[in-house]
Amino acid sequence: MHEYSIVSSLIELCEEEAGKHQAASVKRVEVKIGAYSGVEPHLLEVAFATFKKTGICKNADFIMHIQPLKVRCFSCGAENELITNRYCCPKCESPNVEVIDGEEMYLMRLELE
Amino acid sequence: MCKDCGCSVTEAHHHDHSHETLHHNPQLNDSKTIDVITKILHKNDHEAAHNREHLEKHHVLGINLMSSPGSGKTSLLEAMADLADFSFAVVEGDLETNKDAQRLKAKGIEAYQIQTGSACHLDAFMVHKGLHHINLNEIDICFVENVGNLVCPASYDVGMHLNIVLVSIPEGEDKIAKYPVMFRKADLILFTKTDLLPYFDYDIESEKRAARTLKPNVDILEVNTKDPESIKKVLEWIAFKHRFRS
Repeated sequence: MHEYSIVSSLIELCEEEAGKHQAASVKRVEVKIGAYSGVEPHLLEVAFATFKKTGICKNADFIMHIQPLKVRCFSCGAENELITNRYCCPKCESPNVEVIDGEEMYLMRLELE
Repeated sequence: MCKDCGCSVTEAHHHDHSHETLHHNPQLNDSKTIDVITKILHKNDHEAAHNREHLEKHHVLGINLMSSPGSGKTSLLEAMADLADFSFAVVEGDLETNKDAQRLKAKGIEAYQIQTGSACHLDAFMVHKGLHHINLNEIDICFVENVGNLVCPASYDVGMHLNIVLVSIPEGEDKIAKYPVMFRKADLILFTKTDLLPYFDYDIESEKRAARTLKPNVDILEVNTKDPESIKKVLEWIAFKHRFRS
């Protein structure tokens, strides 16, 4: 259950951004959650609803975009989303791939007022 | 760093946030949408990079040990103490007690215990504090023994150079397939307690294939703390990696 730790980092980040823009409150928080970031989206939502109760995010909607794992192939250059756990290029089957998205968690956008 | 404004955007995303605040611009209505595009854990990642720098200044290789509770992280460290040619220290993470640190100290290993309370993982800030209790001038390798957990520690960079993930035979099959995020992070996977293989229905070759499906270039070793040869192989792997850090 590290979702609570992650949400507390997220809310801290929202507070900083709101402060920079002298906003009175945050209306919407949009995040991108990698399918392989190691967090459970539902738990993240619950944690956000719990933590936002006090502070600048208390009326904020929480929008999650789940980012599937995306790999770039060093052999054929293709960029594809991976649906299975098999780390290889879906086009040419080469195992020589690098993950380019889907392992991280980002705060993408904020609506402030 | 973003070249235009020094904000924390680190990737080549296009973003056009104005630096006017809401109240400076009468054209703006009540609300305003801004693109932020910052890693949620960017403060932790920043601290992790700082920890790595700190280790590098002392030519110390940092290794993060992760696994389920009871798969043999502390036993491995104890076994290595008797056989290692290099010197090492351990930052220990557990929810409660300092039993693991005491076990290691009894073996003559410098160890500092972090009690996380209810936190299920170590983060870079906790490890940073731990590192201040370790004399880095005296050691070659610094281990972080993370909280026993195959989920949460995988999300937190604690500022080490390499990850070793242990999986023990009695845990049963399919652990690798069930916890892909953790095993994707591994530079070395150790199958531990292999002396118990005759007593369990555990197809170790199939588990190794599962690991390499998930991470084709991962290194894999089998460990049994009663067999010094198996411990020596782990020590060789670590010593090999350390050569590139001095």
